[in-house]
Amino acid sequence: MAVGTQYLAEQPRLRTTSFVLGGVALAALLAAPFFFYPIFLMSILCFALFACAFNLLIGYVGLLSFGHAAFFGGAAYFTAHAVKVWGWEPLSGILLGAAGAAGMGLIIGFLAIRRQGIYFAMITLALSQMFAFICLQAPFTHGEDGIQGVPRGHLLGIIDLNQPHAMYYLTLAIFLFGLFAIWRIVNSPFGNILKAIRENERRAISLGYRVDRYKLGAFVMSAALAGLAGGTKAIVFQFATLTDVQWQMSGEVILMTLLGGIGTMIGPIVGAGLVIALQNYLASSQFPVTVLIGIIFVICVLLFRRGIVGEILEFMKRKPKGTA
Amino acid sequence: MSTIFGIPTPALYGQILIGLINGSFYAMLSLGLAVIFGLLRVINFTHGAQYMLGAFAAYLLLTYAGISYWPSLVLAPLLVGAVAIVIERFMLRRLYGLDPLYGLLLTFGLALIFEGAFRHWFGAAGKPYAPPAQLTGALNLGFMFMPIYRGWVVAASLFVCLGTWLLIEKTRLGAYLRAATENATLVQAFGVNVPLLLTLTYGLGAALAALAGVLAAPIYQVSPLMGSNLIIVVFAVVVVGGMGSILGAIVTGYVLGVLEGLTKVFYPEASSIVIFVIMAIVLLVRPAGLFGREE
Repeated sequence: MAVGTQYLAEQPRLRTTSFVLGGVALAALLAAPFFFYPIFLMSILCFALFACAFNLLIGYVGLLSFGHAAFFGGAAYFTAHAVKVWGWEPLSGILLGAAGAAGMGLIIGFLAIRRQGIYFAMITLALSQMFAFICLQAPFTHGEDGIQGVPRGHLLGIIDLNQPHAMYYLTLAIFLFGLFAIWRIVNSPFGNILKAIRENERRAISLGYRVDRYKLGAFVMSAALAGLAGGTKAIVFQFATLTDVQWQMSGEVILMTLLGGIGTMIGPIVGAGLVIALQNYLASSQFPVTVLIGIIFVICVLLFRRGIVGEILEFMKRKPKGTA
Repeated sequence: MSTIFGIPTPALYGQILIGLINGSFYAMLSLGLAVIFGLLRVINFTHGAQYMLGAFAAYLLLTYAGISYWPSLVLAPLLVGAVAIVIERFMLRRLYGLDPLYGLLLTFGLALIFEGAFRHWFGAAGKPYAPPAQLTGALNLGFMFMPIYRGWVVAASLFVCLGTWLLIEKTRLGAYLRAATENATLVQAFGVNVPLLLTLTYGLGAALAALAGVLAAPIYQVSPLMGSNLIIVVFAVVVVGGMGSILGAIVTGYVLGVLEGLTKVFYPEASSIVIFVIMAIVLLVRPAGLFGREE
C-alpha cells in the first residue's frame, strides 16, 4: 500500500523536486488567505491534519480505525469546554484537547489492539459509538445543542484570534507542526518497526519486537494528532457538536485518506481538500452529499485503490526507468 | 403489587420482553453477518441498509401496490436479496483475494448510498406501518399483558434462526457451504460451483436482513436511518460472540438483547452503552469472543 516516502528517499532527483514542490506549496499556503475565504481554508487544514493523523495508523501500521471521530470530536469538546467554561487561553485549550484525545486513544487502543484486521475496525467503531452516546448524555457537552459560542480569545494573551488572518496563521502553524511530527514518526526507527509490523506482524514478533506496544504507541500518537486537529477546529468554528463524534465523521476521514492515497505523505491532504471543497460546493445544491460520498467510496475501492497521489507516484515509478 | 429488588414485576417483565425483541433483531442480523463472513470473508457493512431496505420495501409495497404484510414477508427479502446478488456479481466479486478491509469499505460506501438516497426521497422522519389485523391486540399471560405482534416477532425470529441453523448444519447445501468455508479451492475441485455458492450466500444473508426489516417495520417506525445505528450494535454483538459459530451468533444476540433490557430497568442511563461495555470486558477476558477461536 505505502510506497511514497521510502521511494522518495531512494530517488535523489525526485527528492529535490519534492523539496521544490514543498516550497511552492508552503508559499501558496502563506499567501492563500488573501485569495480565498479564510474559514474555508482553515476547515481544509483541520481536516487535512485529521486525515494525516488517521493515515499514520492505516498507512504505516496497517490498522483501519473506524472510530477516529471520537478523538477528533472528543478533543473539540475538551478544548471548547476549557476555553469557554474555564476561560483558558486558546493554545493551551487546544493542547488540552490533544492530551484528552491521547488519553482516550490509550483506552480505546488498548482494547482494540487485542484483535486484528476486520475485528479491529469493528471494535474501534463500537467504542467510538459508545463515546458518542456518552457525549449525548453527559452534562458538559450540552447534548444536541453542543457547546456553542466558544470565544477565540487572544493567543498567549497577546494576539487577537478574532482577526481571521491571525487565526489562519495559527491554524497553519499547528497543521505544519502536526505534519512535521508525522513525518518524523514515520521516518524514525520507531516508524520503520511500524512498517515492519504492517508487512509481516508474525515476523516482527519473532524478531523480538513487542508488537502490541508499538501498535498502541502509534494508536495514541494518531489519536493525539487527530485531537490536535479537532481542538483547533473547535476554536476556528467556535463550537463543538455531536456531528464531529459520530460514525459518519469516521467514515469521512477514511474517505479523504482513501481518495488521496493511503500511506502517502500528501495523499490525505489532497483528499481532505477535495472532499471539503466538494461538500462546500454541494451545500447549496439539492444533491444529497451522503450519496456522493458513498459513490466516491465505491469508485475508489473498485477502480483506484492507491488513491490519487498513490496512482501518480506509481505512474512516476514505472516511467523514469526509460527517461532517466 | 409484587416487586423484585424494588422494581415492580410488570415493568421488569415488560423490559425483558423488549430486550427479547431487540435481541431477536440482533440475533437475526448477526447471524446474517456471520454466514456472509464465514464464506466471503467480507464484513457486510450494508447489512444495516439491507435491513432498512426490507422495511421500506414492505412500506412501499403496502402504500403503492396495496400488498399487505404477509406477502411482503416473502417479497421484500426476495427483492433485497436480488439487489444483493447484483452487488455481489458486479462489485464484491472483484475484491476477493484482496485485503478484507476493502470489502468493508465498499459495503460502507454502498450503505451510505442507500441511506442517503432514501433520506433524500423520504426524509429522515419515521413512517408508521400498522401490524396486520390478525396480530393486533394483547394477550393476558397472567403475569403481564403481551402485545400479540411482539410475541409473534420473538417466535418468528426464533424460527428463522433455527431454520438457518438447520439449513447450514443439516442439509447438503449447508454441507457444501461449510466445506467451502474451510477450503474453497478443494471444494471447487470436487465440481461444486463455488462462485455461485458465494453469490447465493450473499443473497441469503441480505434476504435475512430484509426479513428482519419487515418484522421490525410495525415495531419501530420505517426510517432511512433505522439500520445504521443498529448495525454498529450488531458489530459489537458479533465481536462478543465471535464469528466462528452460527449458534454462537444467535445465542449472543438474544442474551445481549435481554441484558440491555434489564439495564433499562435497573440503570437506564447506561442502557445505550451496556453492550459496548460488555464488549470491552469480553475483549479483556477472552479476546477471541465467547464462541470464537483464535485465528
